[in-house]
Amino acid sequence: MARIIVVTSGKGGVGKTTTSAAIAMGLAKKGHKTAVIDFDVGLRNLDLIMGCERRVIYDFINVINGEASLNQALIRDKNCNQLYILPASQTRDKDALSQEGVGKVLEDLSKDFQYIICDSPAGIEKGAQLAMYYADDAFVVTNPEVSSVRDSDRMLGILSSKSRRAETNQEPIKEYLLLTRYSPERVKLKEMLSVDDVQEILSLHLLGVIPESKSVLNASNSGLPVILDEKSDAGQAYMDVVARYLGEECPHRFIDEKKGLFGKLFGSR
Amino acid sequence: MLESTQLLAKQTQRMSTDSRQLQGAPALEIKTSTFSVPVLVLASNDLAAISQQLQQTVEKAPDFFTHSPVVLDVLALNNNRLPIDLKNLCDIIRDAGMLPIGLRGGNEAQNAIALKLAIPNYSMHHPVGIEPAKAKAVDAKPATGAVPSVKLHTLPVRSGQRIYSEGDLIILAPISAGAEVIAEGNIHIYSTLRGRALAGVPDNAEARIFCSDLQAELVSIAGNYQVSSNFTAPKGKPVQIYLHEQSLIIKDI
Repeated sequence: MARIIVVTSGKGGVGKTTTSAAIAMGLAKKGHKTAVIDFDVGLRNLDLIMGCERRVIYDFINVINGEASLNQALIRDKNCNQLYILPASQTRDKDALSQEGVGKVLEDLSKDFQYIICDSPAGIEKGAQLAMYYADDAFVVTNPEVSSVRDSDRMLGILSSKSRRAETNQEPIKEYLLLTRYSPERVKLKEMLSVDDVQEILSLHLLGVIPESKSVLNASNSGLPVILDEKSDAGQAYMDVVARYLGEECPHRFIDEKKGLFGKLFGSR
Repeated sequence: MLESTQLLAKQTQRMSTDSRQLQGAPALEIKTSTFSVPVLVLASNDLAAISQQLQQTVEKAPDFFTHSPVVLDVLALNNNRLPIDLKNLCDIIRDAGMLPIGLRGGNEAQNAIALKLAIPNYSMHHPVGIEPAKAKAVDAKPATGAVPSVKLHTLPVRSGQRIYSEGDLIILAPISAGAEVIAEGNIHIYSTLRGRALAGVPDNAEARIFCSDLQAELVSIAGNYQVSSNFTAPKGKPVQIYLHEQSLIIKDI
């Protein structure tokens, strides 16, 4: 049975798709057969981030409607043969998704895959609710600012009440916090909430902090998940996140300000 | 007996006219709104006793009850097979200054009478008379003097969530901004309160709120509320909140 992970946030633009792409690639690179599904029907983006936009023929909605088989719609990633992408439809809207249809696709994928990543759309409406309904784990992506934190909090409430696990009284969804676009310099200037502030408000297990980084935009533009950029801090942070999720001990990095050359030489703080 | 002023989410149709009709806009639109309406929960069919108690209750808070809409709840009567004269009951309620606007928990005959009196019917979650076995089981329990339940909540209360307890409420995790915890009794919070806490709803002035870190948006006891900009107590310290002569007192413990 596959483990179903939803990447969600409530607020838009916080890095859900970037995170989905990176986590999926990270898990696949570790040898786990992984599928990543774009639930953002009508605003398809995951294919761009994964660099497979020219290879989309059939999509998620075609599969739900029985117009294509899963194997026809799944796109194998060009960098990793353990990773498959199920793109969203760009010409439809969220109403094209149905609970039974999504359930059937996830059930079929579960037979072949070890991990299924559901890239949730923003908001708390149908698309986001269906993305998280069947989840086993939730990665809650939050930026260190108040509106993102509150939206994540709202999403956590929905995760604990409107998921299949909640409705059938199973063990609740495991929730993890992923703090993205974090800038220790701006935290120091009190322009941004700190890791501790966010954790105090959300009281959630911190899976990782992804620093604000130019490499994220560069990676998106070139259609390569940022985790493949092993030199970048964001790429390394995502690798840590995957390792931690798989149970490895891995100390948190990128929370404190980078020391300059002088700082390193003299060890000053 | 006016057991409690229950919150009743009632959907009504509201019609509003629009003066821009000439420009081709519709003359009216039908919208759905939610209102809080007192519910008169009847435990006896003795009209004289009802009349007397109702008058006494209204005298205590005439501003609140005069011309107030009220929904009649006759479920308990029907469960105990006590017939009630709806027409006279409505007259008594109108004499007391209140306006009956609905019937809840009625059987078919009562619903028909109510409709003749131009009083709409509201359904309960469990229709009367369909599950006699269940109704008997309810009868077996003592109807009065039941101890209100204490509700224990151990998970964080997230923004947008609502926790309600008919008795006391004990919460062991943080309550986020935008969340609401509501109890008819006391509220104990062994964590940070950032959302809203409403104790003693609707009218239990003896209820208190205990909280180990008060950063609330709003606190209220028996309808008397205060918003955070008026709080004097420092953050991070355990406090209790109680009502003293119609004003909320926030005090260190």
